[in-house]
Amino acid sequence: MRTVFDQIVAMIAPGSSVLDLGCDDCSLLERLVDERGVIGRGVDISERSIQACIKKGIGVFQGDLDEGLKDYASGSYDFVILSRTLQQVHDPVALLSEMLRVGKAAIVNFPNFGYVANRLQLALGGTMPENRHLPYSWYNTPNIHFCTLRDFHRLCRRHDFWIERELYLRNGRTIHTVLPNLFATEVCCTLRTRAPRRNRV
Amino acid sequence: MREGLYSSAMSRREDTVNIVKPQRMRLAEASDAPALDNGTRLGPIDVQFETYGQPTPQRDNVILLCHAFSGDAHAAGYHADDDRYPGWWHEMVGPGKAFDTDRFFVVCTNVLGGCQGTTGPGSIDPATGLPYGMSFPFVTIADMVRVQRMLLDRLDVPKLCAVAGGSMGGMQVLEWAVRYPEFVERAIVFASAARLTAQGIAFNAVGRNAIMSDPNWRDGAYYGRSQPTDGLAIARMIGHITYLSAESMGTKFGRRLRRRAPAGMELDDRFEVESYLEYQGQKFVDRFDANTYIYLTKAMDRFDLGAGRGGLESALERIKSSVLILAYSSDWLFPTVQSKELVYALARARKDVSFTEIASSYGHDAFFLESSVQTELVAAFLATQRKTA
Repeated sequence: MRTVFDQIVAMIAPGSSVLDLGCDDCSLLERLVDERGVIGRGVDISERSIQACIKKGIGVFQGDLDEGLKDYASGSYDFVILSRTLQQVHDPVALLSEMLRVGKAAIVNFPNFGYVANRLQLALGGTMPENRHLPYSWYNTPNIHFCTLRDFHRLCRRHDFWIERELYLRNGRTIHTVLPNLFATEVCCTLRTRAPRRNRV
Repeated sequence: MREGLYSSAMSRREDTVNIVKPQRMRLAEASDAPALDNGTRLGPIDVQFETYGQPTPQRDNVILLCHAFSGDAHAAGYHADDDRYPGWWHEMVGPGKAFDTDRFFVVCTNVLGGCQGTTGPGSIDPATGLPYGMSFPFVTIADMVRVQRMLLDRLDVPKLCAVAGGSMGGMQVLEWAVRYPEFVERAIVFASAARLTAQGIAFNAVGRNAIMSDPNWRDGAYYGRSQPTDGLAIARMIGHITYLSAESMGTKFGRRLRRRAPAGMELDDRFEVESYLEYQGQKFVDRFDANTYIYLTKAMDRFDLGAGRGGLESALERIKSSVLILAYSSDWLFPTVQSKELVYALARARKDVSFTEIASSYGHDAFFLESSVQTELVAAFLATQRKTA
């Protein structure tokens, strides 16, 4: 099965340095090391993840993303990745800004709350969406900041995050659609601090 | 019953280090005495060490363990069948354990300045024929590491698969990785730091003061006479307070009384925690030399990995090994924040470093006690080919 990891692997230039925030068991970093020859490091909060990464031979720090990235030097990584974690942090704007300070680019992917099935579940069923893309009940979930694709665009405009590239995914495969906010289950994008003058979003 | 005895005897033979024989080697004579950090030449130098497991013919499976302040070369196993306690890291060293003796040849030495077989202030000064006492030269963490290196050279060890240790042992590990970058493949630092906090220095100072105020200390020239046991016991009691956490003390002793004195004699009440500290103090004076206490605490206080190397970050630049740093949530003597400082400095220097804080209520002592989590992490770290540059 294809996953968003395939897309992220394709987005990263060979030999880059990569910091993966919320790296879980480092399976993305392991692929990046094997397939892209990156120099990678992971950050995760759970001890189990740390163990898994060390087993894979990948450098990993236990850390809380809500404490920010103050100990990382500016521009010290080519890419800072935040995969399926944006919706779990307390201050997404602060973290995105920090990612763009530490990294030359940031890769962010997040579940699209605006996906049609989510909308229907709320509009017609009258319950908070709970399905295989959003597998948690509202009262027991790590996800505290859901957004739709359109919400994310607004945030990026307001804070001058330039979306260099954006992929819409359904079940891990990219889809081409004029209505991504309706049909994408997941969004994956590359952010940079500012657009070149002529094609600013 | 008989079967039970048999199987426990079997398991003792197969799963752990059993009887181990301490060894001693003369590394230098008075005539070829090497210079220490402070410029003094020290000789002869003897080193006490133990080994576990078998070396390969190429000696490419060697791990060096560095003991903490009050430790010794006896890391695992027993010296005699009726020994009550095994070595200080018995749970971590042995067949199938974190430092797997089926795979690795593990070496542990008593540090220079120590009192468990390696040359220290209690050794005989060839110039006088008497124990050095306070005329023993000041030793540094780097001096300890140099002596370990001399031993490994004599054992024909071309490089270390890993060097590991906690607390003062962790300081040695860091010094190893910076001083001999080509010699160390992996460095594992438990509950340690690139330098001690002011609070840590303060506690060491109180310990030294307790010893030096003991009338029996006699400026360190107490060998062959009554020992400064009261001062040394108090120093140890203070040390023990710093090794535990408020939580672990509360759980272990609470406010329980060991002895309740009758009315009018309240000062004779004895809390459990008091008896414990007293017991630890008394136990310590039987095996430890007061002057070694002074020298080693001072070596720890003075240790600063970045000093004389253009600061911490440029010192860390020299490291070529992969580094694993473990901190413990309730350790206030070597707090997590100090490990993190080290970890992020290593990251900025683009070194292969991994870090985790182990949730534990045992305080600084946790690295002796959290064996199962440590085993997972250390075994994984030693087993894998590192994938990061």
